[in-house]
Amino acid sequence: MTWCEYPGWAVGSEVLQNYGCRMATGVGLTLQLVAISVSLGFVLAIGLAVARLYGPRWAQVLINGYTTFFRGTPLLCQLFLVYYGLGQFRLFWTDIGLWWFFREPFYCALLTFVINTAAYQAEILRGAIQSIPRGQFEGALALGLHRWSSLRHVILPQAMILALRPLGNELIVMIKSSALASLVTLYDLMGATRLAFSRSFDLSIYLYAALIYLLLVEIVRRVWDRLELRLTRHMALR
Amino acid sequence: MFDKFALLGFGDGGWGLALLQGAGITISIALATLPFGLALGLVVALGARSQSSVLRVLATAYTTVFRGVPELLTLYIIYFGVQVLLQEAWRWLGLPGSFSMPPFVAGMVALGVVLSAFSSEVWVGALNSIPKGQREAAAALGLSKGQAFRLVVFPQLIRVALPGLGNNWMVLLKETSLVSVITLPDIMFITTRANVATKEPFLFFGAAMAIYLVFSMISAWGIGRMEARANRGIAAFGGATR
Repeated sequence: MTWCEYPGWAVGSEVLQNYGCRMATGVGLTLQLVAISVSLGFVLAIGLAVARLYGPRWAQVLINGYTTFFRGTPLLCQLFLVYYGLGQFRLFWTDIGLWWFFREPFYCALLTFVINTAAYQAEILRGAIQSIPRGQFEGALALGLHRWSSLRHVILPQAMILALRPLGNELIVMIKSSALASLVTLYDLMGATRLAFSRSFDLSIYLYAALIYLLLVEIVRRVWDRLELRLTRHMALR
Repeated sequence: MFDKFALLGFGDGGWGLALLQGAGITISIALATLPFGLALGLVVALGARSQSSVLRVLATAYTTVFRGVPELLTLYIIYFGVQVLLQEAWRWLGLPGSFSMPPFVAGMVALGVVLSAFSSEVWVGALNSIPKGQREAAAALGLSKGQAFRLVVFPQLIRVALPGLGNNWMVLLKETSLVSVITLPDIMFITTRANVATKEPFLFFGAAMAIYLVFSMISAWGIGRMEARANRGIAAFGGATR
């Protein structure tokens, strides 16, 4: 018996034992999707938030439209638009040599999640940057720091602390939303569970999947609480 | 190029009417879920703040579970699981025929339960913002606990809770797209069907996006108006309202 069959055997669930390995692979895929999309989205979001606040007028309008669009429509719809909709232009993608990307449901899901979470994270970061008092920027400039250095060394570190909690929530939302990947034929945790159910008709597998998701979310929540405590340890009031 | 847009029209072979009906279903399930989810959320919030430790633990467990499990999974569990339970109960009662839960009810219950878990957090925050003195003063005036809540606390609660609840509504509106997987003919279900029939996914999913976007924008506008209304008279005192 391999390790991934063991939990099912231990709790005496035949279906969890039979599909334990598929579910473990599923958890791996879920984590992979979430980790890559949230971190890429974060990098993108910093640029977007800064450009939205300090960029030229046209960039501000553009980014505003981008965040409104992707925060105002369901992720499921965005996923289908990318996977089915962009796949429609196969000849074009083949011409420019990108068909390998849009052919794979994994890359499509990843692309959708990145642009979606970037929109949410950009709004979080914008809010955080905006709530740093103006005097901080002015003080940094008065000390002779360049605009970029003030942003990087004075504003962003303070904004990050404010943004930490909402960013943690966004990470949790992404763990949950990644279940949608199962609807474009990916075998993430949700996909593996659906497969197990469609073959065994044993409903308890959904409950085990719910437990695994809960566990993932709870771990993130705990880690995030620790992180927040550590990052705010210099603040007197905590 | 432009003849493709005829597919979205109301003429022969156009999907316009079907899309409108789908939009109607999306709006109805969101509107049907809202009062149920918000009321349940308030009950959970009151449980989370009650004196009984059993209630507090139950309320915390409830919010932890339904905030942590993917909505899609909750939907499946309620759609398939409750169906099986009800069928067992049906057979046990010896009733003729068999019971099947309409997808609309399953969708409403699943979305409502998730909404209640998220809105209860908003309610708790709002309840905490009402000073204790308000309840004490109500008690001093001879109001019962129920009256104090209904006549004194609740009207003040709405103003504080509105931004959070508005947020919950926006999330709910987008989550309704999930009910398409349990065959409820909402916007997503219709566009998926149209995609299969016409092989024009970009056009149809684009159209679905546009419809959702319009709904979101109308909602944002409406919530803004409601907040302005709830805050009338407050800003005059120079309070930091928004």
